[in-house]
Amino acid sequence: MIRSREVRWSLVAGAIGIIFLFAAPQVFELFAIINLTTVLALAILALSLGLVWGYGGILCFGQTTFFGLGAYAYTIAAINIGETTGPIFIAIFVAAAFAAILGYFIFYGRVSDVYLAVITLTVTLIFYSLLRRTSGPEYKIGNALLGGFNGVTSPPLNVPGDPSNILFPEHVFYVAMAALILAYFFCVWLTRTHFGRVMVAIRENELRAELLGYDIRLYKLALFAIGGGIAGMAGVLFANGIGRVTPDIFNLYNTALTIIWVIVGGRGTLIGPILGAIALFYLISGLGTQATVNNNLVLGIVLIVFVLLVPRGIVPGVIGIWDRTQARSKLLRKEKRLRRRRTTRQPEPEAANDG
Amino acid sequence: MTGEIVLETRNLSRHFGGVVAVDRVNFTLWDNELRCLIGPNGAGKSTFFKCLTGQLSPSEGDVVIRDFHAGGRQPHEVSRLGVGIKTQVPNVFDGLSAEENIWLAARRWQSAKRAKVVTDQTIERLMLGDIRKDHVGVLAHGQRQWVELGMVVAAEPWLVLLDEPTAGMTQEEVVRTAELIREINETATIIVVEHDMQFIRMIANRVTVFHEGKILIEDSMDKVSQDKRVREVYLGHRQK
Repeated sequence: MIRSREVRWSLVAGAIGIIFLFAAPQVFELFAIINLTTVLALAILALSLGLVWGYGGILCFGQTTFFGLGAYAYTIAAINIGETTGPIFIAIFVAAAFAAILGYFIFYGRVSDVYLAVITLTVTLIFYSLLRRTSGPEYKIGNALLGGFNGVTSPPLNVPGDPSNILFPEHVFYVAMAALILAYFFCVWLTRTHFGRVMVAIRENELRAELLGYDIRLYKLALFAIGGGIAGMAGVLFANGIGRVTPDIFNLYNTALTIIWVIVGGRGTLIGPILGAIALFYLISGLGTQATVNNNLVLGIVLIVFVLLVPRGIVPGVIGIWDRTQARSKLLRKEKRLRRRRTTRQPEPEAANDG
Repeated sequence: MTGEIVLETRNLSRHFGGVVAVDRVNFTLWDNELRCLIGPNGAGKSTFFKCLTGQLSPSEGDVVIRDFHAGGRQPHEVSRLGVGIKTQVPNVFDGLSAEENIWLAARRWQSAKRAKVVTDQTIERLMLGDIRKDHVGVLAHGQRQWVELGMVVAAEPWLVLLDEPTAGMTQEEVVRTAELIREINETATIIVVEHDMQFIRMIANRVTVFHEGKILIEDSMDKVSQDKRVREVYLGHRQK
């Protein structure tokens, strides 16, 4: 029953997504559409962490590592190859492969949860520091200058097989929205497979999963790599939305932000992190237009409020309220029915007596 | 004893710092046995059990299950041999339903279709029908124990290792558990670690008594319960 409800809601979410996919370019101005592409990239990044953390129980504090690697790999490959279809796959592969290598040491070394968070955070900060120091002309991969803290200009996506035919920003938006919908349904599907159910089991109790014969190291590694690949794909879209990749992708602010998206949206759901990312992006950019309150202060308050008052996040919180009101109205209906039956039944014996 | 040896420990030791919890134990288990391990608190039963299941790796010596050297292996490798394991503190998936718990055990070794059938059969066999949709986290301790037993049974193991399967159960549940264990014994070899003597009397035919990390005596329940040394270690009397 819970399952079928999940399916219904994910289909509703998918339908809204598809309507938005076609309607947004008709409604919004170009600037908003370009902005949306960036937001969607961040939403996919949030989704990847929602999968890894919410379903696998792996608190990766450096999901931006794979996001940034995807963005850099795409940009560098696209500059060298001269088209962008291959680089998309290269970017996803690089991000997933790096996640797999990192994950191998973490999971096969049986690193505990806290250290996992510390290691992943450190790795992303290492990338940040390293790439900031690549400003000289000697730091280049093929034809691509890394450019230090200025970063590299990302070539925009082109039509597959036709490098001269570059996509317009609206079209990049279509690609990003379609990617989000596909990534979302891929994750929904994944969590419903045997693999996904074992991942949830591992999150619930590692020892029991092992005693049932599941090699939890391998399962975690696989999920971590899949999450890395999805984050890498988000990185490709981010590079397209911004038009440039810089080491700032790897900084502490961004990596903390991904965690906050998932906390605010709701862990253990897939739609929650997506909504969390979108909501906070617009909150922050809305605050950016005024100067009375500091952005980070507001972000901090949001985090504290959620951790203290809505610890499960928006989506699970709303589902909880919905369930309670549903249960109450069901109870009321039942009572009403009983009362009606009682009032209709009472005259019956009298009628029988009369007869 | 007759038949094939299915599990053996050779000079198995486990130290924790300077403490020797299991001290050069040579233990042999034959096919189709239902063996009980007993002993006072701190006798080394649970440490010994954890060495068998891969939860702890032995400091010295080896564990051999059929032809597989299990000493120092991972729990999933031991489980993969067809060994069903129930731990002392119930290890279940609290956030999932009883049904999902058992399905996860069945699905490890079976096709999707067969796993569903095995899950239904197990739920029926263990009379978990009333709680099949309930989250295991909210169930009573005894029920959680039964869900865990269900997971062991659903994997259809040939060797079953149970650590205090009746802890926290009511008298009625204990009786049912004893019945279930005898039933499992028809198709599987079993080791039960327990300290509920009443329960052991219900199921035991051969008992191994642990004391200070060593095997004190190994015999039938009658002989063991009459043994002077066993009484001493349990009741703390000194031989005069």
